[in-house]
Amino acid sequence: MLELKNISFQAEDEGKEIEILKNIDLKIEDQFVAVTGPNGSGKSTLAKIVAGILTPTEGQILLDGVDITDKSITERARLGIGFAFQQPVRFKGITVKDMLSIAAGRDTDISEICNMLSEVGLCARDYVNREINASLSGGELKRIEIAMIMARKSKVSIFDEPEAGIDLWSFQNLIRVFEKMHREVQGTILIISHQERILNIADQIVLLSDGRIEKVGSRDEIMPALMGVGQPCKTLADKL
Amino acid sequence: MDAIQQELLAQVAGLHEVPEGAYNIRANGEMAGRNTTANIDIITKEDRSGIDIRIKPGTKAESVHIPVVLSQSGLKESVYNDFFVGEDCDVTIIAGCGIHNGGAAASEHSGIHRFFVEKNAKVRYVEKHYGSGDGSGERIMNPTTEIHLAQGASLEMETVQIKGIDSTSRVTRAQVAEEASLVIKEKIMTHGKQHAETDFTVNMAGAGSSVDLISRSVAKDDSSQLFRSRIVGNASCHGHSECDAIIMDQASVSAIPELTANHIDANLIHEAAIGKIAGEQLIKLMTLGLTEKEAEEQIVRGFLK
Repeated sequence: MLELKNISFQAEDEGKEIEILKNIDLKIEDQFVAVTGPNGSGKSTLAKIVAGILTPTEGQILLDGVDITDKSITERARLGIGFAFQQPVRFKGITVKDMLSIAAGRDTDISEICNMLSEVGLCARDYVNREINASLSGGELKRIEIAMIMARKSKVSIFDEPEAGIDLWSFQNLIRVFEKMHREVQGTILIISHQERILNIADQIVLLSDGRIEKVGSRDEIMPALMGVGQPCKTLADKL
Repeated sequence: MDAIQQELLAQVAGLHEVPEGAYNIRANGEMAGRNTTANIDIITKEDRSGIDIRIKPGTKAESVHIPVVLSQSGLKESVYNDFFVGEDCDVTIIAGCGIHNGGAAASEHSGIHRFFVEKNAKVRYVEKHYGSGDGSGERIMNPTTEIHLAQGASLEMETVQIKGIDSTSRVTRAQVAEEASLVIKEKIMTHGKQHAETDFTVNMAGAGSSVDLISRSVAKDDSSQLFRSRIVGNASCHGHSECDAIIMDQASVSAIPELTANHIDANLIHEAAIGKIAGEQLIKLMTLGLTEKEAEEQIVRGFLK
């Protein structure tokens, strides 16, 4: 279980301290959890704090009861926290096979690579020796990024806006991948997303607003409010 | 050959035993082994140190190994090797030089290689430079490569210097005729106080000729590198040079490209990028469980692969 205790994060912007996250308290069980909210609400910051990429100004992070607040990115990765970037990182000379082997923590053969890539709808034959560079499309990079996280068999797998920057076709495939992960993956899946179809897979939804948790609840509890069910839209409300 | 020389040979030419096909192995300034084939002859020069390699027209799928190893501290040599590649050949030439210096005096090898590649012949040329030994004497390597490509000929040169060379000045000159193509892929890593200079001049003289110069380098510690390329388009041709360097620690890298078009249909491009390892690349690999140092090594290894 992942537990965030009183997490706050401040950043400097043009000489002024801005509070990005304010006193976040959250317990995340081994479930598929989606964190959503408007742009600038602190979703990605929260994900990066869990992965160790950013250090909170205040607060504690516990993984299975153990305080990991002072652990480095590497230490957290080795403890079982995986992180998929919103914009997958590109490399010169490092191939898909290299990255999947690093992710798996051992050298992998073609049949293993085939299994890993087929999980995300890619054929190993076409990708195994491709470099992780600009020759791959956004959708391909996203799927390879997800394959890396799956190869790690992490306790906590974090995906920062996996839908960002991909076309509709790739998005449909992405949804299938996450639906499959939801069915099969043990542990916590933490997804930062704005997408209704991704939120609809989640067991639990965390709604962030202005750096604070506004609501936490099951999909059935949160989605109607998010989608405005039972309430008129703003244009209509203004006219009533 | 002793164990040190055998190790150098393995490093520069991948040789753990006597190679198949033609070869000429030079150790400490003397011939240590030679073999010729029905199609490839190797002749010792009489006027100066070096060999002529003559490859008969139409020779296909054959290779020549001509590695040089130096393990005697203080030895300085200049070697002149000329390659005459006949029409319609398709061959691989593996060169390379390894210097082991366990003494205080500088060891230096200057290899001057000239290639005369006839019509429609195809050559893959691999050249690897490597240094070892814990002596205080410098390990100096100054290769000069002169390439003449006849009509429709092609040469692909892979040159690698990954470790142990204190100082190198690498000069390449090429003349590229009609429909001929030249590809050069260079990989260099310097560390400590090493210095590496690369100087390419390619003259595209014939219509439909092309050149692609790709240099990837990593400069670590207090080392320095200079990449200089000149591409001259004298006909309808395509020229591209790319210098991509990772700079680390207190190292310095300079890239000086020069393009000259003397023909309206000469299409010449230069790209240069010098920078440190991107922070996001390190972070990505760290999220996969590597330490920062391991991530750095992985990025460098991939970059120079």
